[in-house]
Amino acid sequence: MTVSNTASVIDWARQPSYLYEGYKSTVKRGPTKPLIPMAHTLSELTGPVYGHDDLNPLDNDLTKNSAINGEPIGERIIVVGRVTDEADRPVRNALLEVWQANATGRYWHKVDQHDAPLDPNFRGAGRVLTDENGEYRFVTIKPGAYPWRNHHNAWRPPHIHFSIFGREFLSRLVTQMYFPGDPLLALDPIYNSIPDESARQLLVSTYAHDITTPEWALGYRFNIVLCGSRETPFETKEV
Amino acid sequence: MSIQTGSQTVGPYFNIGMIRGGENSLVQDETVGQRIYIKGQLLDGDGQPVKDGCIEIWQADAHGYFNHPADPNQAQADPNFRGFGRSETLGAGFWFKTIKPGIIAGAQTPYINVRVFSRGMLIHALTRLYFSDESTNADDPLLNSVPPERRATLIAQREEFGDVPTYRFDIHLQGDQETVFFNP
Ligand SMILES: [Fe+2]
Repeated sequence: MTVSNTASVIDWARQPSYLYEGYKSTVKRGPTKPLIPMAHTLSELTGPVYGHDDLNPLDNDLTKNSAINGEPIGERIIVVGRVTDEADRPVRNALLEVWQANATGRYWHKVDQHDAPLDPNFRGAGRVLTDENGEYRFVTIKPGAYPWRNHHNAWRPPHIHFSIFGREFLSRLVTQMYFPGDPLLALDPIYNSIPDESARQLLVSTYAHDITTPEWALGYRFNIVLCGSRETPFETKEV
Repeated sequence: MSIQTGSQTVGPYFNIGMIRGGENSLVQDETVGQRIYIKGQLLDGDGQPVKDGCIEIWQADAHGYFNHPADPNQAQADPNFRGFGRSETLGAGFWFKTIKPGIIAGAQTPYINVRVFSRGMLIHALTRLYFSDESTNADDPLLNSVPPERRATLIAQREEFGDVPTYRFDIHLQGDQETVFFNP
């Protein structure tokens, strides 16, 4: 894939390429022909608008939103962060969708056959909206590492998947949040597909002692910067 | 300027977090406009269906308005149409029930923005869907910027002529018929 459009909102020096040989599944799925530059029209500068009516009260607590008969097993954590644009302006009412494995490294998904137990009290999905300052917070269980078949003895470092809707079509991001000090990061082709070291490190959350709650849960901070047009943001009404 | 957060693949289990029932139907009873179906396959470099992909669409309402503050005509946008849809690509492909969009102010022909995610894609891909029964496609500047031999990959083919027509739109990630993807 080659890119000739230097004005792209996508910073290709810091974003992964479609084809990355360390991650085998890219070989048959990554587009190969040159991308065509696209000017930004109203259809790129708009996007779905979300509000509190779209969410359920327990969406931001993964330890409660699928519990059947008790607390899920594992290390309870609080994840906070701020969603901004590249000019450090907060993105308000951004919708974040998160999903993850349970504490044993098993997903609540029929395709996941990893020999690790499911937890009847943890399905591992949640949603949260950012507030007036672009900040979000959710409660979950620290996910476990899990094996995958990309190469011999391949293990994904513990991570939480994030899907984010910003203020316009161009701002859409899907990424993964990792945990600090993890030795699996250096071995993980998905993490290492980010070509720039400093950009890679931004995918690693930081331990946040100010968020850690005594006798209850550890805190982690994961800030997110969305790309987009360089327009002045339009203020969306609280819904 | 802050560094934009890097993209990572949705992986094979995204439907836990990204798929809730019903998001592939964009219409309610009150929604204004001609109902249509969009159906297609997401195909890999071997021509095989991608069974763990996700297609998102973003489109204007029947009058070409967006329910978004960046649209000067937001006040007139259809309150019963958000304009966003999402469908998993299972073995049988993806499908949407929506309305034929109107022409956006400043545009020449109707279209839908399309975004593709899957396991094996480290960053999503953007494309556009145009309609085979619109003669004004010939005036669309983006379509005209695409090499002529590749434009057909962006045209959804009208297949049935009933009350609810179906437009067929296969997305080829690679190969001779690789869909045109854009760099916005
Ligand atoms: Fe994962």
